[in-house]
Amino acid sequence: MHIIVCIKQVPDSAQIRVHPVTNTIMRQGVPTIINPYDLFALEEALRLRDEHGGEVTCVTMGPPMADNALRKCLTYGADRAVLLTDRFFAGSDTLATSYALALLIKKVAENWGEPDLIFCGKQTIDGDTAQVGPGIAKRLKLLQLTYVAKIEEFDLEKREITIHRRAEGGIQVLKTKLPCLVTMLEGTNEMRRGTMGDALRAARSEIITWNAAAAGITELALCGLKGSPTIVKKVYAPSPRAEKAYQIEVEDKSVDQICEALIGEVTKRQPGLEKDLVKTSSDY
Amino acid sequence: MNDKAPAPAAPAAGGTRASAKKELPDHLKSYKHVWVLVELERGVVHPVSWELMGEGRKLADQLKVDLCGVVLGPPGGTEKAVADCFGYGADVCYVVEHEALSEYRNEPYTVVATELVNKFQPEILLLGATNLGRDLAGSVATTLLTGLTADCTELAVDADGSLAATRPTFGGSLLCTIYTLNYRPQMATMRPRVAAVPVYVPGRTGKIIRHEVSLPEEDIITKILAFLPDATSNKSNLSYADVVVAGGLGMQNGDNFQLVRNLASVLGAEWGGSRPLVQKGWITSDRQIGQTGKTIRPRLYISAGISGAIQHRVGVEGADLIVAINTDKNAPIFDFAHVGIIADATKVLPALTESFRRRLAAASTLSAAE
Ligand SMILES: Cc1cc2nc3c(=O)[nH]c(=O)nc-3n(C[C@H](O)[C@H](O)[C@H](O)COP(=O)(O)OP(=O)(O)OC[C@H]3O[C@@H](n4cnc5c(N)ncnc54)[C@H](O)[C@@H]3O)c2cc1C
Ligand SMILES: Nc1ncnc2c1ncn2[C@@H]1O[C@H](COP(=O)(O)O)[C@@H](O)[C@H]1O
Repeated sequence: MHIIVCIKQVPDSAQIRVHPVTNTIMRQGVPTIINPYDLFALEEALRLRDEHGGEVTCVTMGPPMADNALRKCLTYGADRAVLLTDRFFAGSDTLATSYALALLIKKVAENWGEPDLIFCGKQTIDGDTAQVGPGIAKRLKLLQLTYVAKIEEFDLEKREITIHRRAEGGIQVLKTKLPCLVTMLEGTNEMRRGTMGDALRAARSEIITWNAAAAGITELALCGLKGSPTIVKKVYAPSPRAEKAYQIEVEDKSVDQICEALIGEVTKRQPGLEKDLVKTSSDY
Repeated sequence: MNDKAPAPAAPAAGGTRASAKKELPDHLKSYKHVWVLVELERGVVHPVSWELMGEGRKLADQLKVDLCGVVLGPPGGTEKAVADCFGYGADVCYVVEHEALSEYRNEPYTVVATELVNKFQPEILLLGATNLGRDLAGSVATTLLTGLTADCTELAVDADGSLAATRPTFGGSLLCTIYTLNYRPQMATMRPRVAAVPVYVPGRTGKIIRHEVSLPEEDIITKILAFLPDATSNKSNLSYADVVVAGGLGMQNGDNFQLVRNLASVLGAEWGGSRPLVQKGWITSDRQIGQTGKTIRPRLYISAGISGAIQHRVGVEGADLIVAINTDKNAPIFDFAHVGIIADATKVLPALTESFRRRLAAASTLSAAE
C-alpha cells in the first residue's frame, strides 16, 4: 500500500506581527511549523500503514527551507519525503497550487507506486481555504472525502473505505472506492512521538528535492502567479471603530448599582429585547 | 513562496498584482447574473444561503442583472426552498430534482453545478463557507478552472463591475480583497453570520427554470450508508443565538466559568468563550467564538474577561450591542464594544445574573397579568 500525505510548512501564526505602516506580514524570525491540521492527516496515514503495511510518502510544495517540515515528518515515521521547489511556483493561488501538487503526486506515483490514498489536512492556517484538497482530487480525477472525523473501515482487498464525515447537524457515513483523497478533521487522533530509530533515520535521510522540470511540470503558464486566476488587489488592517465604548460609571458604586445601570443601558439601546427575553427565558 | 491567494508577504501583492488588468476573453463576456447556491439538506435550507441572497441582491442591483437561486434536491423536495428563494429576493430560480441529489454528495453535486454553470453562464457564483459549500466550491472551481475566494466576510462590486471579495488572512490580523478578473464565473464562499438575513417578502415570486439531468446511481461511486444526527442536548446554537454570553482567560479558572453559564441560563442565552479556554479544556471547541471558531451575530453580546484580540473581534463584530466587562481600561475590547464596565467580571457576573433574574421575573408576572 502507498499513502501520500500533503503537508505544508506555515508560519506559526500565533507569533505573526503586522508591520504597522506597510501592513505587510513581518516574517523575519517567525518560526515555521507543519500546518497543525496536516498532523492529523499524517498520523492517520501512519496508523493505516502500521495496520496494513506499505509506505507513507510526504510531499510539499514550498520554499527550499520547507525541507525542515518534511524532515520532521520523517521523525514521526514517514517513509519518504519529497519537496517540490521552484521560483515558478511563487504566488500560486489554490488553483495553481493544486495543479503543481497533482503533477507532483503523479511523479511520485511513477517512482514509488500509485497511491491507494492521498491525505490532506482540513485547511492551512495561513491560506485557510480548505480548497487545495478538493482541487487536487479534481485534477487527479479522484473521489474526495472531506472533513473526515473517523475512518470506520479500510478494506485494501475490496478496495473500499468507510468513513464518518462531519456535516451540518450530524455525521454522514460514507463508503467509497480506493483510490481517493481524504481531508482529516482536527482532533481526530493524536500525533505519535516517533521512535528513536525514526529520528536517527530522519537525520540521515535526504529529502528528495525536485524543481519543476524534475517533477515533469512543463506548462509553466499554469503555475505560480501566471496560473492563478485570483488576484490580491488590496491588503489592509481592519479599521478601528470611531468611538470607544460608553463606560458605565463604577467609582463609588455598589456592584448592584453598576448592574442596574448596565441593564438600563441595554434596555435603552435594545428596546424590545427584554420582552423577548421574558419569553425565551421562561421557556427554560 | 507558495502562498495562496492571500499573499501579502510577497511584495508583488502590492505591486504587479494590484496593477493586473481586466482582459476578459470574448467567450466569457456573455456570462451574466448573480447566482447563490442554496444549501438544502434533509429538507432544511442552511440560513447562510439567505444571508447570501441578501448580499447577492445588492451585487445584482448594482450590476443591473438578475439574482438567481440554485436549488438542488430530491424529486418533490424543493418547493419550499424555491418559494423562499423568491421571498428572500431572487428573481430567478434554477431547480434540479433528482433522487441522487437527496443528500449532499460531492460527485453528483459537482456534476450538476458545473453543468448548470456551463449552460446558463453566471458571472458570479456564491456559496456558504460551510462544510458543504467548501467541499463543493473547490471541486466546481477546479473543474471550471476559475478563481475562488474562500471564507469571505465582505462582497462588493467595484467600478468596472468586478467582484471584490474580502477575507481575513493570517488569522484575522489583516484583510485582503481578491479579484478574479479574467475568468468566469467569479466564485466566492462566505462565512455564515457575517451578513444579515434579508427581510422576507411573503408571496413574492419569480421565474423558475427547471433543468433535467441524468445521474444513474450506479455511476456514483460514493454511497451514503447512514446519517447520524447530533444529539440535540449538547449541541450549541451559538451562531444563531439572540443573546450570547462569553468568558475569556479573565475568568481565571474553569470553576469561575460557571458564572458565564449561569448568566446565560437566566437570559435563555447561548454561551461560549475565547480560544485559550478551548486549549485549557474549560469549554469544547464548538463553543469557541472568533476567526477560527464561530461567528456570532446576536442582538446582545456580553463578554467577560476577554481582551478582544483581532481574532476574537472578527467573530463578534456583527453583534447589535456588545457589552464588555474587563478590569483593564486599555483592553482592545473597549475599542469595539458599545458599552463597557471596568470591573472584576467574577464579581459583576453573579450580581448581573441576580439583577436580570429579578427583573425578568417581575416582567414575566407583569406580562402574565396583562
Ligand atoms: C491563527 C489564530 C486564530 C485565533 N482564533 C481565535 C478565535 O477564533 N477566537 C479567539 O477568541 N481567539 C483566537 N485566537 C487567539 C487570540 O489571538 C487571543 O489570544 C485570545 O482571543 C485571547 O483570549 P482572552 O481574551 O480570553 O485572553 P487574554 O488575552 O489573556 O485576555 C484576558 C483579559 O481578561 C482581563 N481580565 C483579567 N482578570 C479579569 C477579571 N477578574 N475581570 C475582568 N477581566 C479580567 C484582562 O484584562 C484581559 O484583557 C487566535 C489566534 C491565532 C494566532
Ligand atoms: N503548498 C502545499 N504543499 C503541500 N500541501 C498543501 C500545500 N498547500 C495546501 N496543501 C494541503 O491542502 C490542505 C488545505 O490547504 P488550504 O486549501 O490552503 O486550506 C492542507 O491542509 C495541506 O494538506
